[in-house]
Amino acid sequence: MTRSDKETLLSVEGLGIAFGGLKAVNNVSFGVRPGEIVSIIGPNGAGKTTLFNMISGIYLPSMGQVTLSGEDVTGIAPHLLARRGMSRTFQNLQIFQSMTVLENAIAGYHLQERGPVLADLFGLPSSRARAKRAEAGARKLLERVGLDRAAEREAGNLSYGSLKRLEIARALALDPKILLLDEPAAGCNAVETEEIDHLIAEVAASGVAILLVEHDMKMVMRISNHIVVLDHGEKIAEGDPATVSRNPAVVAAYLGAENADG
Amino acid sequence: MKLTPKSATLLVLAVLVALSPLFFPSGYYYRVGALIFVNGIAVTGIVILTGWAGQISLGHAGFAGIGAYACALAPAHWSLHPALAVVLGAAISALLAWLVGRPILRLRGYYLGVATLGFGILVSMVLNNERDLTRGPDGIEVPELGLRALLKGWGLDLSNGQFWYFFCGLCLIAGAWLALNLYNSPTGRALRALHGSEVAARTVGVDLARMKLQAFMISAVYASVSGSLLALQNKFITPDVAGFMHSIEMVTMAVLGGVGSVLGAIFGAGALTLLPQALTVFAEYEQMVLGLVMMLVMIFLREGLLPSILRKLRGRGE
Ligand SMILES: Nc1ncnc2c1ncn2[C@@H]1O[C@H](COP(=O)(O)OP(=O)(O)O)[C@@H](O)[C@H]1O
Ligand SMILES: [Mg+2]
Repeated sequence: MTRSDKETLLSVEGLGIAFGGLKAVNNVSFGVRPGEIVSIIGPNGAGKTTLFNMISGIYLPSMGQVTLSGEDVTGIAPHLLARRGMSRTFQNLQIFQSMTVLENAIAGYHLQERGPVLADLFGLPSSRARAKRAEAGARKLLERVGLDRAAEREAGNLSYGSLKRLEIARALALDPKILLLDEPAAGCNAVETEEIDHLIAEVAASGVAILLVEHDMKMVMRISNHIVVLDHGEKIAEGDPATVSRNPAVVAAYLGAENADG
Repeated sequence: MKLTPKSATLLVLAVLVALSPLFFPSGYYYRVGALIFVNGIAVTGIVILTGWAGQISLGHAGFAGIGAYACALAPAHWSLHPALAVVLGAAISALLAWLVGRPILRLRGYYLGVATLGFGILVSMVLNNERDLTRGPDGIEVPELGLRALLKGWGLDLSNGQFWYFFCGLCLIAGAWLALNLYNSPTGRALRALHGSEVAARTVGVDLARMKLQAFMISAVYASVSGSLLALQNKFITPDVAGFMHSIEMVTMAVLGGVGSVLGAIFGAGALTLLPQALTVFAEYEQMVLGLVMMLVMIFLREGLLPSILRKLRGRGE
């Protein structure tokens, strides 16, 4: 069955980028529908993060097209994609280190809380009301990811696993239509991984499309509706978890390598 | 009841402004105090731009120059009231900051530093060379603000030194109040966010170019008002106000005191205004000692004087 049907929220067509001579991603296509969890897997250096960076407007692709809700959004700036309902987390943490945990989460509400700068300077009631609404939302999100008790702490002092969850909270604050998660469970212990796992399933169940990069294969196999396999920047396979895990090329390129490691 | 950092800062400032004169050995210190407050206003703008938004400017004295010369020229040429000239200077500074900031705020780090430096030099050159308008390096008279006479009419008789001390003190408190409002507002949060991680700020929807431009314009207005107040209290101004040294001084005061905090930066303005006076005992070595003190502070108290001192005090209290 073709997956680029009308329902598709995000579709990626023939996307590619080269750094110098290196084709980090080459001619990759797939789609994500609302409420669906699509995982991108592949060995280190396969081009997963680069793919995320192109989809989220951080890198300008040298070929191909990204379509969001039926509109071509290729090469659109990240802050404009945020307005169109795209949100993401980062593999290498991108936390506002010297802000508190709460402020980090509130920052996710930027598009809702921003207003005239003069109102902010003079501390007008309208400005304070905007900030207050964002704070209330942020506190709820922190509770949802289990960070409510760390709200007033400086974010830079939190553990890696906590910061991963803080990034998810911040990304959820945008109330996205599509959420890109780059290794959300990396560096988390088993309990935290399970919590993140539940959280992702819950968010997807609320109708948000999820694009996931994750190294924890058990988690990927358990929660994905669809898996895309990258190797050396190319898509070498895709399908549901059962199909992908039986694919010999995938086993050779990725699962095999992991077995050999472990 | 626990004070918010904002109320605490404003309270400290108000107490300092109100009570310091009790310890003045002579009337001369009103003038020193007023200078500290004028520098404090410019430095508060640097806190917003550099401390919060993380953008550097080595040309902000250019805006101080515009604010200062607006007070000299607008009353003379268009018979504008000096108070309105302050507003005009601020508006021109904001407009210029917008024009200049759009192309150069795309630059980062030292590239931005050099570009802003160029802007400062440009303003300074114009003030030095357009003799027909500005009378060049010799400087130009600035009219009386007239507020002191007004107050006298209402029965409040202040000496010139006293008037400028309290007036600049009030302006500084107002400037600090605005800045502290901004800090915890959506705009302030977005500025601090883009300082923390530009890429993350963009993905939550922060329009980097727009937010940096806003910070640049706001800090330009602070510098402009500071220049205006300097010109008005001296009743005379030279192009030095827009000079490179003045730009460097603003940044140094802020960084020395603690560029992340309004109170810290104002503390830095106080220290760098007072220190040279205290160091006169070293006679011709004054500048060298000053340089040495600055190096030592940066080596041992990198967060800036005030935040480091507060941290030490807190550490002892626990
Ligand atoms: N900005 C960049 N400049 C040069 N090479 C890059 C850049 N970003 C990624 N690459 C290269 O692209 C390849 C894919 O990297 P990446 O997308 O991070 O892989 P993955 O996330 O799958 O581990 C790697 O060889 C990496 O070195
Ligand atoms: Mg990666």
